[in-house]
Amino acid sequence: MSSIGQPVLRKEAHAKVTGRARYVDDVTMPGLIHGVTVRSSCARGRIRGITFGPGIPWDEITVVTARDVPHNVVALINDDQPALADGVINHPEEPVVLLAHPSRALLEKARAAVHIDVEPLPAVFTIEDAIAARTVVWGADNVFKEYWIRKGDVDAALARVAADVVLVEGEYATGAQEQLYIEPNGMIAVVDAASGAITVSGSMQCPYYIQKALMKLFGVGPEHARVVQMETGGGFGGKEEYPSMIAVHAALLAKKSGRPVKIVYDRAEDMAATTKRHPSRTRHRTAITRDGRIVALDIDFAIDGGAYSTLSQVVLSRGCIHAAGPYDVENVRIRARAVATNAPPHGAFRGFGAPQSLFALERHMDEVARVLGLRPEELRRRNFVRQGQTLATGQVVRDDVDMGAMLERAMTLSEWNAKRACFAEENARGGPVRRGMGLATFLHGTGFTGSGEKHLASIVGAEGMADGRVRVLAASTEIGQGTSTIFAQIAADAIGVGYDDIEVATPDTRDVPNSGPTVASRTCTIVGKLVESAASSIKAQLVAAGTLREPYDARAFREACAKYVREHGRLRATAEYVQPKDITWDEERFRGDAYGAYSWAVYVAQVAVDMRTYEARVEDFWALQEVGKVIHPVLAAGQIEGGVAQGIGWALFENVVWKDGRMANDRMTDYIVPTSADVPPIRVVFDEQPYAQGPHGAKGIGELPMDGPAPAIANAILDATGVSVRRVPARPEVLFESMESAGSSEARVRTRAPEGGDRVA
Amino acid sequence: MTVSRDVDIALRVNGEERTACVHPMRRLLDVLREDLALTGTKEGCGEGECGACAVLVDGKLVDSCLVPVAQVRGREVTTIEGLAKRDTLASIQQAFAELGGAQCGICTPGMILAARALLDRVPDPTESDVREALAGNICRCTGYTRIFESVLRAVQLERGAP
Repeated sequence: MSSIGQPVLRKEAHAKVTGRARYVDDVTMPGLIHGVTVRSSCARGRIRGITFGPGIPWDEITVVTARDVPHNVVALINDDQPALADGVINHPEEPVVLLAHPSRALLEKARAAVHIDVEPLPAVFTIEDAIAARTVVWGADNVFKEYWIRKGDVDAALARVAADVVLVEGEYATGAQEQLYIEPNGMIAVVDAASGAITVSGSMQCPYYIQKALMKLFGVGPEHARVVQMETGGGFGGKEEYPSMIAVHAALLAKKSGRPVKIVYDRAEDMAATTKRHPSRTRHRTAITRDGRIVALDIDFAIDGGAYSTLSQVVLSRGCIHAAGPYDVENVRIRARAVATNAPPHGAFRGFGAPQSLFALERHMDEVARVLGLRPEELRRRNFVRQGQTLATGQVVRDDVDMGAMLERAMTLSEWNAKRACFAEENARGGPVRRGMGLATFLHGTGFTGSGEKHLASIVGAEGMADGRVRVLAASTEIGQGTSTIFAQIAADAIGVGYDDIEVATPDTRDVPNSGPTVASRTCTIVGKLVESAASSIKAQLVAAGTLREPYDARAFREACAKYVREHGRLRATAEYVQPKDITWDEERFRGDAYGAYSWAVYVAQVAVDMRTYEARVEDFWALQEVGKVIHPVLAAGQIEGGVAQGIGWALFENVVWKDGRMANDRMTDYIVPTSADVPPIRVVFDEQPYAQGPHGAKGIGELPMDGPAPAIANAILDATGVSVRRVPARPEVLFESMESAGSSEARVRTRAPEGGDRVA
Repeated sequence: MTVSRDVDIALRVNGEERTACVHPMRRLLDVLREDLALTGTKEGCGEGECGACAVLVDGKLVDSCLVPVAQVRGREVTTIEGLAKRDTLASIQQAFAELGGAQCGICTPGMILAARALLDRVPDPTESDVREALAGNICRCTGYTRIFESVLRAVQLERGAP
């Protein structure tokens, strides 16, 4: 029986529930010493000197500074981030000196004894100050990247604003968010004394990103830069890019000391120094007819990228493309900018820009509905995009999607109408707790944006083993989401053997081809398809060789596979991604098929607000989504539930407190994530419309659930209290301020054409 | 350099007598992971907020990052390694494995021990009991839903349900 769609046991379940799974900090080896990082404490400045204080046996300690770095860059896209600061400081967590020694206790004293003398320079800490560019901290104007999407004629549409078309304006903001995987970052580097070859192993999402960084920094080929993933205790995007920094640091210390070096961050260092979700602010101007048809969306989206460009331009492109949501709008203009500030670089976090721009859109939709006197679901229903219509980039929707039907279903499941009526009546009595219902309707693109998948040209391998089982070879990492399990299911089904007949290799750049990074909701749909193809090739080779005759059962396959390997020594196949011909993308003008497919969703939140404490609490949650075929029902639901919980945290609790570019609350005591007592029942419903290009019709799933909770919750707060939440997290302080200034929180409405052309205020 | 003040500390770990020659203020977490090579117990925050390092001391759930080893001298410590009998998973482990209670796995040892402590105290818990009992153990992957299901399933397994 096929294991597709079955809740087979997770491949590494036994190891994880018995404590035998080996994470980086669980490993030790002969001669291993520890490494630590000395960081700047100033947001921006020039390094005048570094002094090594008294009382420390410095001759026993391996010390690495910028002078020891062969080519001082952490390779990624623009290569503007140094591995160690050399003369200039651009954020308050910038690595400056590395130390290694067998004693961690001594290292802590040594770290405190290093003094970095910095002449401070003016710094920039907000998106608005970055855009104003009175102080320039990056490039000519603090702008890492700017994109425009233009569809139709927004200016002409805005000129129609009059009695029958109104203009509704609003501004929304989202805060930084820490990924807070429970396993902090860590790496072990070993340098072979004879050849100088480096091997780095540890916690990561993208082995080949790290290999590229090692190769560039040390000027070596791939055979001298091996990267091995260990069991990884969560990533959520937080282990996409920063692990490259830690890997090169560990390798620098290992090279200089001649010993294996382990760097494991403690929680505070991980929270303060590594990447977080980009803070954002979005301005909306929406021209809409009195009967609720959107005429034009004019959107200005900006994200804070921190001190180096890292992944910001890619985050920006996804945020920009998702900014207009799942609606059919004739005229759309989106200006998107990623700007530099003197905070540690912000990076990937589940959703990758889309949660930010979708928060603004889905909040704004409720504001627009309120202005028009329409119910929020009705406004959306009148504007949903349908099959054959076009999204903001001009992409024609190929999916047979019916957002109207999904909305109906979500409303039925959540008893939307009855509850809204009931809560309105209860709230009118003026009790201390007000309840409300809110929803968000959205989409999430599967795989890399635009031509990304074409450029990646990912490869997956499969090989027959001597015992007759088949091993999948891919660099896609298991970080808790279930990669190993679904790859085994897909391969087993492609060959026609059992789930246990498939093994999934450890991602090790020596052994597995580059199947691309484990990001962008691409693992199941893009890489999974390649797994299916490579596995099918193994079967085809055996059939072509006459070793296997169809039809066959699992045992016959194992025997044929073992025989072939015995006789030929090797049975191996690879599959490389080829972009479907009907996908076209214009990178310059941001026109065309931004994604191969989208997942679609309607989320509903029931929220209670305590008017005495201003605390908002999610009481119930419904998550309905169309994600193509669900490969593993338990893992898939687990992805949605986990994403919703992170979305609830982002919406209500998770507040990064900034002090001069530094995270001031870098402790779990002070940075609050949802506990088991905080999450509501999360009711997950899948609508499965098979996607032609995905394995068994599967699309992407990992990021989607991050997009919907925050706007749905904020909209429920509006329903409960009449107060507009313009920024998240909506902590009690924010709700208090919003309620105190309730008069000024109304959306700005105009019935006259605004000034201005191709520029958003 | 400072003079070593290491002393022999005897304790029972997973039913076995063990002795560690360490500073009495050394964290139980480090003694388990480094001196006794029981790395199933994880460090998530080092300040008693996340529960990844939770173990049972005389059956009570504690965060081992907050406990100086001197405090457990002569006491019974249970870690994740002590739950399975040879290769047979304990029912709570079985339930977590089958129902998706473990995703990335790093919170799992502490979470399972927190569940064990609950079931020892309240053999037939409600979901609300489970929510309360696990509130000191942070999971960032699951949204807790499957963990609640796993704990409630373990109750059934312990009663001999199929």
